Parts: sequence; structure tokens; C-alpha cells
Amino acid sequence: MDIRSLTIGQVRDGLLARRFSAVELAQESLRFAEAHNPATDAYLRFSPERALSAAARVDEKIARGDDPGPLAGVPVAVKDVILTKGLRTTCGSKLLADYVPPYDATAIARLEQAGGVILGKTNCDEFAMGSSTENSAFGPVRNPLAPDRVPGGSSGGSAAAVAQGTTVVALGSDTGGSIRQPASFCGVVGVTPTYGRVSRFGLTAFASSLDHIGPLARTVRDAAVLLRVIAGRDPLDATSAEAPVPDYTQSMDGNVQGLKLGLPREYLKDLTSESGDLIAAGVETLRKLGCEVREISLPAADYAIGCYYIIATAEASSNLARYDGVRYTFRSEASGTLSDMYRHTRGEGFGAECKRRIMLGTYVLSAGYYDAYYLKAQKVRALIARDFARAFAEVDAIVAPVSPFPAFKLGEKIDDPLAMYLSDIYTITGSLAGIPCMSVPCGKTAEGLPVGMQILAKHFDEPTMFRLADAFERARAN
Amino acid sequence: MKITEKEVRYVAELANLNLSEAEVHKFQADLDEILGHVERLNEIDTTGVEPMAQVLYAAGDTATWRADSERPPLGTDIALANAPQPGAGYFKVPKVIER
Repeated sequence: MDIRSLTIGQVRDGLLARRFSAVELAQESLRFAEAHNPATDAYLRFSPERALSAAARVDEKIARGDDPGPLAGVPVAVKDVILTKGLRTTCGSKLLADYVPPYDATAIARLEQAGGVILGKTNCDEFAMGSSTENSAFGPVRNPLAPDRVPGGSSGGSAAAVAQGTTVVALGSDTGGSIRQPASFCGVVGVTPTYGRVSRFGLTAFASSLDHIGPLARTVRDAAVLLRVIAGRDPLDATSAEAPVPDYTQSMDGNVQGLKLGLPREYLKDLTSESGDLIAAGVETLRKLGCEVREISLPAADYAIGCYYIIATAEASSNLARYDGVRYTFRSEASGTLSDMYRHTRGEGFGAECKRRIMLGTYVLSAGYYDAYYLKAQKVRALIARDFARAFAEVDAIVAPVSPFPAFKLGEKIDDPLAMYLSDIYTITGSLAGIPCMSVPCGKTAEGLPVGMQILAKHFDEPTMFRLADAFERARAN
Repeated sequence: MKITEKEVRYVAELANLNLSEAEVHKFQADLDEILGHVERLNEIDTTGVEPMAQVLYAAGDTATWRADSERPPLGTDIALANAPQPGAGYFKVPKVIER
């Protein structure tokens, strides 16, 4: 058994054939992850007690002959913006360095109910704001395939852990590309499901009309299995959807003959040539599998960055108002009035990127600017969503790049916030429309840097998205 | 210039953020550049477009209603466990009014 390439299916087979127990697998996974973490710093902390007791429950079920669940014994790494009861959850922020959640996120409760074994919490940009994981108060994560480069962000720790083999699957969160872009940079599969598909109860809020929880995995099948476990209506999240959750693996039959795919012409102009060549080769592979590829237009896409950075920062400035030194662990030592305490706590607690976004969000919502910025952005968002609705009247899925370039060097873009924002161009449109999107590995550059291909589908049409991604993954393996 | 240092200081007040002088300079430049990019939204005609206030409007108006039933709360001890300064069952804060 090579722990670095394990899949959910292999874990299940190994457990049921009694080749290893869930406790043995958890012990070995923790030992391996702790030994290799210094190479990437993907994990902020491990949770051996929680992992071993979850694994012991799986072993008991198997011993009794009960169904141990679809994630039986499967090691899972969890982004540190998702609350885990009794297990420190920092959101990559100094403000929450000592925060111990009093409850579990619904996604956490569901994956443990299904037999999943949480190994630890992974590093991320502070409050999930960033595209490189360099905005963490606890230091950056290194890309396991190129240690001088970023893993992407904000779910960089989760993507790096899956790529490095220090977990089988991971949970991330995505607001404007924070699952898909690191998945692309690290060469793994990352899925942003339909808005409302997965409950956000217990996900630390960044921009509530854009936030998602989603899976990262080494195979499309593993991502599909994990998504099915965490998806579905949750009375604790009023935005979670009632729509039934299908078994996504049922659609993954390898047959994509006649599937109509759209290639947005607006997305293909700013690519670095190597990433563009890899996407073009990926599209050719899909054509050979029998897909009909046609060019489509998403004319409002050019305005997506401006639209996103108004809506996301406006919502963030409101969501982050709660970190004021009263309820959440950190309070400034500076003396003064209540108002001074708020200002010093926030000034000392937040890192530069969070402050920048709180400032931008507060500005666009302030008196006199609301109509010009926030209302305008909401109208542009409607146009972006309309572009997709029109496209999906013609095609079954859309194929696109994830990022204009592969993983960049640590420190390369950190001093140029606008350049960092502009790199989210391809992932942001799908986030604004609330449609399901994913990154699937598409090849590597001459330097060995992975490039992901993005697949986007209609609201709740994850089955078509997974069918296409799985067929593509199989074709690339042959 | 889209935003002045004076406006940056005003917005920081609104956001309850204590900024250093260096941060005021830096954010003035950063926000100015970002707002310059954001201005491009004015190029697109949105006449007659309804603002997108809901992501999935396909859901019916009552789809997310739930029964108004009792649920056990976390309880004071648990709710205060992360407080920087709990006391007598409350969150303690600095004085608001000088006597």
C-alpha cells in the first residue's frame, strides 16, 4: 500500500478485506503526514485523538458487520476556515489564533458520520482572502511539486496536502476560485459545487452570496464521493438547497459521445502560451472522445473582476465586523475606551489583505457610493449569470482554463494586489453565477508545473460535470 | 485620483480599523488602483437590469421556511469560552462612559 496514492475505493477494499484496520491506517497516515509536513507546511495542526477515535468507530462497525459508511476510514484534511468542535480553528488569522469552536460545521458532522477520519487542519489565506496562501498569519505553504512556488489559494494547504499524499481527500472553501485555482496549481481535482448544494453552517463567512464548501481529491471519483456525503439540505443553513443529491458516480460511465461543449472566446486571449497549449490539447482530447466543441461568448466576463471585488469585499466588510475584541479570543492590550479597543484589536489583528478588503468593502458601501458601486455590481452580476444561462441553452458544459498561468514563485505577486486579483479572472465568473465548476488536471508545463482545466455546468448539473471530468481523466490515463 | 488619504482615514473610522501612517499611504495607492479598474463597470449598459440579490431565484419564496420550534441553545459557559474577558456570565468590555 502506497499511502501517497490511496483512493477512497482502495481504503474501502483494504478495510473490508481486513488487510489493515482503520486505526492502523489512521496511525500510518498521521505518522506519514507529520513526517512530510515540514516540506510544505500544508497542515497547521494535526488531530490524532479525533482521528483515532473516528477510526476506532469504523473498525467497530466493520467488526459488527455494519455498513461503515461511504468514507469508512478515509483520511481527510480540513481547511482551517471550517469549524471543528474542540479543535482549534484559526482561519489563518492572528485574531483567531486561540479560537476553539463550540460546534462542528455540518460538512464536518456529515463526513465523520460517513466514516471519514479528520487528520488535521490545513493552512489558508487569512479568512480565505487570497490566491496564494501567502496571506496566512502562520506563514506560507509551499507547492509540493515546486517548493519555491505557491500552492495557489486560498485553499492552498488542502490542495498541497492532497498533492503531497499526506491525506486522501480534503475540504476547501471557494468564494472566487479558492478551491479550483490551488487544485490547478497542485495538479489535483477541486470542485466548487452549485451555490447552496453544500451547507455553509460552520464555514467562517467571507462573502455569503459567494461562499462554498467543496472537495479536493486525487481522482474525480473521490471528489464525487466526498461531495455526495457533504451535500444536501441543512435546516441550519437557510441557503442550502432542497434539491435531491444524486450518486454522482452513477453518471461517470466514460461515455461523453455527443456532449455539446462550449469554449468561451473571452477566456482564451490572456493565457500564457504554455497553459493555453495544454488547454487546447485537453479540448482536442474531449473532441476525440466524441464531444462536439463550439465557441461561445460570455460578453460580460470582461467585467467580472470589478464586479466580484465590489460584491465580495462589501460582504466581507460586513461579515468581518464581528471580530471586534469582544467575543473571539483576541483583544488588543492597548488601553482606552470601548471604541479604541475595537479599533486597536482590528488594527493589530487583521493582516494587510484583510484590511485592504475591509477598506474597499466599507468604501463601496459608504454613503453616496452604494448605487455607483454595489448596486451597479449586482446588475453586472445579473448579466454574467444571464450569459451563462444563454450559453447553457446551447451547450451541456463549458470548458475553460482555471488560471492564466501555472503556480508562480513565492513573493512574486504579493506586493501587487491588483495583479493578484486579476489572476482570478477565469474562476470568478462561475462563482458569480453560482454554477458548479471544477478543476481537473490537464497536463504539466515543460518545467513540470501542473495546469488544470475548468469544467462548468448548469445549476445542480454536477452529474454532467463529473461525467465529463471522469471521461477526461480516463482518457489522459491511457 | 479616485480616493484621497483623507477619505482613507474616514473609511478606516467607519470600519473601526486603526491604521498606521504607512498603511494609510499604502491603502490610498492600492485602493486608487483597484477603484480605477472597477470604474470599467461603467462601460457596460445595465439599463433595465434587475440587481442580482439572490443567487438561486429558482427556489420558491417559502422553500427555506422552517418550523418555528425550540432548540437548545449553546449555554452561557460555552458561548463565553472564547471571550477574551468573560465575567459573571457576560462579555466584559472597557468602560463606555467615564463617571
